[in-house]
Amino acid sequence: MRLHLDSIGLMAPGLPGWEAAQEVLRGERALEGESAPVFRPTLLPPNERRRTTALIKLALQTAEDALARSRYPMAELASVFVSAEGDGEIVDRICTALTLPDRPVSPTHFHNSVHNAPAGYWAIASGSRRFSTSLAAGADSFAAGLLEAAAVAALEQVPVMLLAYDYALPPALAGRGYVDAVFGVALILSADEAPGLAALTLELESGTALPPPLPPELAALAALRAHNPAAAALPLLTALASSASTTMTLPCHDGQTLRIGIER
Amino acid sequence: MSFEPLLLSAYSTVSALGHGRAAALAALRQGRSGLRPCDYDEAGLDTWIGRVDGVEEVVLPAGLAAFDCRNNRLAALGLESDGFSAAVATARARYGAARIGVFLGTSTSGIEATEQAYRRRGGTDGPLPASFDYRHTHNTFSSADFTRRYLGLAGPALVISTACSSSAKVFAAASRHIRAGWCDAAVVGGVDSLCLTTLYGFNSLELVSHRPCRPWDAARDGISIGEAAGFALLERPAGRDGVALLGYGESSDAYHMSTPHPEGEGALLAMRAALVCAGLEPAQVDYINLHGTATPSNDRAEDRAVTRLFGTAVPCSSTKGWTGHTLGAAGITEAVFGCLAVEHGLMPGSLNTAQIDPQLSAPLLRETVQRPVQVAMSNSFGFGGSNCALILGRQS
Repeated sequence: MRLHLDSIGLMAPGLPGWEAAQEVLRGERALEGESAPVFRPTLLPPNERRRTTALIKLALQTAEDALARSRYPMAELASVFVSAEGDGEIVDRICTALTLPDRPVSPTHFHNSVHNAPAGYWAIASGSRRFSTSLAAGADSFAAGLLEAAAVAALEQVPVMLLAYDYALPPALAGRGYVDAVFGVALILSADEAPGLAALTLELESGTALPPPLPPELAALAALRAHNPAAAALPLLTALASSASTTMTLPCHDGQTLRIGIER
Repeated sequence: MSFEPLLLSAYSTVSALGHGRAAALAALRQGRSGLRPCDYDEAGLDTWIGRVDGVEEVVLPAGLAAFDCRNNRLAALGLESDGFSAAVATARARYGAARIGVFLGTSTSGIEATEQAYRRRGGTDGPLPASFDYRHTHNTFSSADFTRRYLGLAGPALVISTACSSSAKVFAAASRHIRAGWCDAAVVGGVDSLCLTTLYGFNSLELVSHRPCRPWDAARDGISIGEAAGFALLERPAGRDGVALLGYGESSDAYHMSTPHPEGEGALLAMRAALVCAGLEPAQVDYINLHGTATPSNDRAEDRAVTRLFGTAVPCSSTKGWTGHTLGAAGITEAVFGCLAVEHGLMPGSLNTAQIDPQLSAPLLRETVQRPVQVAMSNSFGFGGSNCALILGRQS
């Protein structure tokens, strides 16, 4: 399957946006500022923003970063939202409330508890009535989301934003799930033969693969990859930060591999 | 390119109506609701629920004990109903394990396990019990991870979690994966189980009725929460007869997090897209299974959308009065009702609806009727404005 990559968004500790991150990913500048950045998405009006959580802000700011360089109006984008864990902060608050007398679950927390809450805020902010799918696939969430987003772009003939993001679980749940670090990545994909950042070819093959190695100077990012399934995108992002054509394989669903070709 | 129908070569349902399609069909014919006064845990809420009997007694296979929670026990009941796991084993021999995908929907996954862990911790900041296995129970992927291991499958696997449209949208994602060549067949379905989060959460939004829910009724005042599991095996027909997925349509409301667009704009887009996908005109649809939650705003918005597209020509009903609103499992549960409608020539009535709201004009069936159904549509709309419509019909 062949697709065009229109734009990239990135938000992670020390990587606040795709433009700034490319030098780091090419090894030209050291990674700095490894604590989690504060996210301030401007897509939402302040009254909506106040009701959101760190996870929702991370997702929207990652989307904003990709949109800044996209040729598609945001209202025309379908979307695939990928989060391995959903919103741990909300789970923590609701499950704590359920231990208290009268179980005072907050209505705002409850409507933010759905896995597609970031997608709901995105639709309101973007005005896009195109369809949006929110999914999870454990450690292989990024590859699973990329397959679905590619199928959407190619078969439904609509530009699509793949947004993969996860926020560290709260202390009570830390170490028990797939996520203990912050990372968000967005890829805007289409089936158009339009000039873009690259052409991507995707093939799903049988056989196991290890995650592609990252250069030694990106050791801090390699560690991030072990604590956030969205960071499985790092080898792809590292390749896209350089100007060369290449291929790589990502592990996918135990026993399968996703082969990604990048043509410049 | 028009959509090539995909056969539902096997399908199962477990809900408050019982285990299996025969139990559901018998209840529909006898007018027997699955709803009961809330007896879940110690919820202490004055409401009615659609609870599945026998979940507490399920023992998971020894190798999958780490997945043990109410949600996966309910999934296991669905996998063993209606010969489903045996049908998948046959398909696995034909296609190979890696060529069958698993696409499941859930809203709250196994959150009950986390709720219980929080209740067992000391105070509000003590550690959670060491025995609590969050990753295999509550994590959003849990049910698909469990199901693919249970069935011995190794193809693409994911969980879609878009609130109450989750297990309708899995039909769309699975169809795309098959068309893209990522797999040859797909197990689709969904499972959502009772938990305090949804009971108290919907209660906090004042969306829970104190009576059995009454879709389209003038006095409707909210949902009855239910639980369910359901599965379908999607394959290319290859000359076989049966009930098939003819099309799907998806959209977003882009309006509000927990209230549908008042004119049903998103719902209308999803139903239109499903008709286009199936290559059908509105007049070719014989029966619509409504989302019909029995909240004032859902039924009003859905009525607008349905009458804008279909006029008042197509009989429709909500089955929430039979099963309760099974949330992330509503899509598959009601897709199965659509299949039963086609297979058995039956249109379920809207149970509990006494006085149809005079402001609503979709032609609502109050009683179950025997009538041939060639094409059925099933609507599912969720929080966050996520909409999906499925079209099911006879493949011959």
